[in-house]
Amino acid sequence: MRLMSSIRIDETDPMATVKALLSRIGLYLFAVLIGLFFAVPMLWLLTAPFDASPGLNVAWPSFTLDNFKGVFENPRAVTSLRNSLVLAVVATGCVVVSAAFAGYALSRVRIPGRNLLLYMLMLFSAVVSGTATMVPTFLLIYEIGLINTHTGVVLILTGGMLPTALFILKDFMDSVPRSYEESAQVAGASSIQVLKDIVVPVVRPGLAVIAVWALVNIWGDFLTPFILLRSADLYPAAVVIYNFYDETGRPDLSLVSAFAFLYSIPVVLMYLFVNARYGFRFHGGIKR
Amino acid sequence: MKTYLRGSRFAAAIFASVLVLAACGGDDSDPSDDDGAAQEAPEPSDDPVHLTISHNAVRPDVVAVWIEDYVIPEFEAAMAAEGREVTVEHIEGGVDDYKTQLALDLSVGEGPDITSFDQFWTAEFAAGGLIEPLETVVGDIVNDWEGWDQIPEAVSGSLAVDGQQYGIPLGTDGRVLFFRTDLFEQAGLPTDWQPTSWDEILDAARTIQSELPDVIPMQLNAGVNMEEATTLQGFIPILLGAGGDLYADGSWQGDTPQLRETLEFYSTVFDEGLADSDMQLVTDGRDRSFEAFADGNLAIMIESDYLWRGVINPDGGFPIDGREDLVGWALIPAQQPGAGINGQDFVSASGGTGRVINPNTEHPLEAWELLSFMGSYEAQLDWVEREPRITAREDVNEVGIAEDPMQSFVAEEVLPLTWYRPGFEEYPQVSEAIQRMVENVIAGRSDVDSAAQEFHSNLEGIVGADNVSGE
Amino acid sequence: MTADDGRRRDDAAAPGHDVPTGSDGGQPSPAGGGSVQPVLADEGTTSVPEPEPRPKADATAEVAVINKPTAIGFVAPALGLIGVFMMFPAVWALYLGLTNYRVTGTAAREPEFVGTDNFTRALEDPLFTSSLWITLIFMAFSGVVGQMGLGFTLAWLFRRWRGWTRRTIEVLVIMSWIIPGSVVAFLWRAFLDGEGGTLNSLIPGDVTTEWLLRQPLLAIIVFNIWRGTAFAMLLFDAALNTLPPSHLETAKVSGASTWQTLRDIVFPAVRGHMLTTALLVSMWTFNLFTPFLLTGGGPNYQTEVLAIYVYRVGFGQGDFGFGSAVSAVMLVINLIIALVYFRVLRDRRKKS
Repeated sequence: MRLMSSIRIDETDPMATVKALLSRIGLYLFAVLIGLFFAVPMLWLLTAPFDASPGLNVAWPSFTLDNFKGVFENPRAVTSLRNSLVLAVVATGCVVVSAAFAGYALSRVRIPGRNLLLYMLMLFSAVVSGTATMVPTFLLIYEIGLINTHTGVVLILTGGMLPTALFILKDFMDSVPRSYEESAQVAGASSIQVLKDIVVPVVRPGLAVIAVWALVNIWGDFLTPFILLRSADLYPAAVVIYNFYDETGRPDLSLVSAFAFLYSIPVVLMYLFVNARYGFRFHGGIKR
Repeated sequence: MKTYLRGSRFAAAIFASVLVLAACGGDDSDPSDDDGAAQEAPEPSDDPVHLTISHNAVRPDVVAVWIEDYVIPEFEAAMAAEGREVTVEHIEGGVDDYKTQLALDLSVGEGPDITSFDQFWTAEFAAGGLIEPLETVVGDIVNDWEGWDQIPEAVSGSLAVDGQQYGIPLGTDGRVLFFRTDLFEQAGLPTDWQPTSWDEILDAARTIQSELPDVIPMQLNAGVNMEEATTLQGFIPILLGAGGDLYADGSWQGDTPQLRETLEFYSTVFDEGLADSDMQLVTDGRDRSFEAFADGNLAIMIESDYLWRGVINPDGGFPIDGREDLVGWALIPAQQPGAGINGQDFVSASGGTGRVINPNTEHPLEAWELLSFMGSYEAQLDWVEREPRITAREDVNEVGIAEDPMQSFVAEEVLPLTWYRPGFEEYPQVSEAIQRMVENVIAGRSDVDSAAQEFHSNLEGIVGADNVSGE
Repeated sequence: MTADDGRRRDDAAAPGHDVPTGSDGGQPSPAGGGSVQPVLADEGTTSVPEPEPRPKADATAEVAVINKPTAIGFVAPALGLIGVFMMFPAVWALYLGLTNYRVTGTAAREPEFVGTDNFTRALEDPLFTSSLWITLIFMAFSGVVGQMGLGFTLAWLFRRWRGWTRRTIEVLVIMSWIIPGSVVAFLWRAFLDGEGGTLNSLIPGDVTTEWLLRQPLLAIIVFNIWRGTAFAMLLFDAALNTLPPSHLETAKVSGASTWQTLRDIVFPAVRGHMLTTALLVSMWTFNLFTPFLLTGGGPNYQTEVLAIYVYRVGFGQGDFGFGSAVSAVMLVINLIIALVYFRVLRDRRKKS
């Protein structure tokens, strides 16, 4: 916070060249500090997996790839990453598709109190989730016969993600000019065609944001699959990472660090891809 | 590392809720109604039988290896010799998640046929109708098993409620004082140390504190993060040494003079810096204490013999090279000689594990045959050869731990004076209240007075005011 | 951040004051509030979109681009999924909050409706009140001050940082949000560990501070700023992109200080965005469970935010009814926070 104010002071007098220079230096110094603040805690993920005897500290690794060998020799590790991928892709697909339809309709049809409705749904999904609904969730999925299936996990995750996804996406939809749609409609296009051919291309960055957001959340979710799945070969990585513990219940850091690395890579790559392809940002922002 | 949504408190959580729900809707699921034949001697199945067994561990855990390498092939072969086709599948488990999933599964009639079980879950599970007595599930034949004669009543009783046996116990343990003889020697203390009062423990710790200032004198479990360890190898041995008990004369013991003595002892230990309160408050404190002991930075620990056979052993998480020479053990003394529970000079506490049969199993007979096979002399002997420890069977103990001085000490000196947790369904909740009380004292949130009073009212909340004495 | 807004009208001398201020929810914003660039490979942040009239969302609803039955068909799958798989378990859980669902014995077999007993009990529990206090501090400092402050600062500086600097910072901030929680727990342990932790080794001298024990609340606040700034940064960046660059240019030419520019031009224009962002960030932070990854709520309850409190009493102590009741209390507090924001939003709307 001190840094922020100092920058403001620096900028108060942009006319003076010296001050401008100082301001520039200060600004880049701030950039470096911020970069370090966000980067340093992540260093462990780059050193420990390659260290012959990793600990809970960051040290120049005595390089080895044995940790990864250990992970790949564990039959569950690879399967779990595949399961994570299946769950994340399918659930994200469900979230994005149903949110796109609903967000579009809610944006275009006047329903009294729709903002309030969306907000209330989002509130519920944020507050009454996780531990509080664990047992009702288990019993619900059991009753409909989906215990120990990926389908059950996907449904619960989708239901939990949708309110926020809708909230964000509707805002994107609101900002799409209707004139395009109207002319398309005049030309005889159906609502689905309008959505698919006109609206979706325009809000594609918004869909990308929702997709990344949902996928990241699902990828990291431990509770839902843990409650609903029973077979080791169905577990996603978020659950399996806790299996890399030794007999005393301590994390086996050689395995955990290498697995953590493999577990983090897909989401990071996906983000970098989406960012390069669509630009990961909110255009126009959410204004309710 | 109990940092995640997976500690046993989490397990207890789900478990709790499941009990509720099982109790709500579970009245119509009495297995004796579903399966009237269970009371009579069941016939072996003619069709191929597939059994599942879960143990909350994965290789290289000794029991997991034993199940996969010995139990399953041997049992399947024995069945095949009788012309019966029985296959057994080991369902590997995570670490702490086990109780959670088990409770959820049992509540809806699913789950493995045979499952490992901590002794103090028995009453909870039984009260929620999640498990049934062996007699009910299998039939009277369970009483004919030869193993019962080999298992002391105190041990088998740990898996019984109201005289009904719910499973076969695996083993038991005992709490002792472990100490580093090398540190004792450096501090000028006897290496054959056997304190006979609390003061002698404190004096030894103070000597260490002044002679070896870099060493943490002692470890006395006191944190909520330590979970059951705080209750069983912290609070209880001290309370028993003050002559108190958790449950006596038909009621739970609340704010008693003995409770206050116990908390005063804690207060002394931590106020004088004889134990490290940081270790109690961090989430991985128990590991830190093991590590400190293994590294020679901690002199005295009250621990289960699990420390010896499962932590500082050569294959353990914190091996001590030459543990026979570097680690000594002693009985836990009462406050004064003769001041302990039942007028004892020394006290201890024991826990243990066992296995139960899923009341919803489709193959109760085969499940019982597998369960009793695992509890047989041969199978148990094979197990202790992999990991010397005290089993439930006396005939196995005579052979299995003869070579291990520490285990023999526990079997001969500790078990005769030990204490078992009261078999009430409320126990886990009471235990949690104890952990919070003790932590509040050592963290300075409460003084002894208010902590004792608060515990008393918490206890009343848990078991009902009529069932609490003290104050 | 918007506290100075009241003075705006008196500062008419400030350049660029012709920026329309109607940038609030659902209203047309000639400042280009909602303009979306239909551009895919978007390096377009370097060229701020031209202002484009925001379509009158509500006001033109009569011009139906979608008919009612189709709309219902479009909305049904999402609302169905939400209803069955989110709301139903949630309402069930809240109902349990009115009962004495206990783990054990007769109370478990014959659960009773106890009405508001659980709520009275919560209010009488000193750990509940301290937990509420901790949660509010956590929300204020990590969410409102930290994430929003840093997020806005970064978004603002992105207008000066270009290319490599900007992209690096942006990727780092977002990465810290993307890495799975279970991995983050290890990362921050390694960062804050007393012996050999990265933070201590960066501090000159032989430092062995156990941050999670000595400064637990500060630790989780800083942790949450690290973990969650991404969202605020993205939202503010988008909001600032809606500002016509000409206004900022004018301000610069006329010698307005950064602070004056922010106060007179930027804040008024993005006020709607700010309030929504504040609302989202507050709500998310208030209900956050992730401090558990670092501290488990400890040492001795010092970081026990309400989500962890619910976890402990409801599940740790097996007091399921009580835990659900506390969830309901959290819901009400969230509503109050939301109402405050809506109130502010409405007042502003009236003024303009």
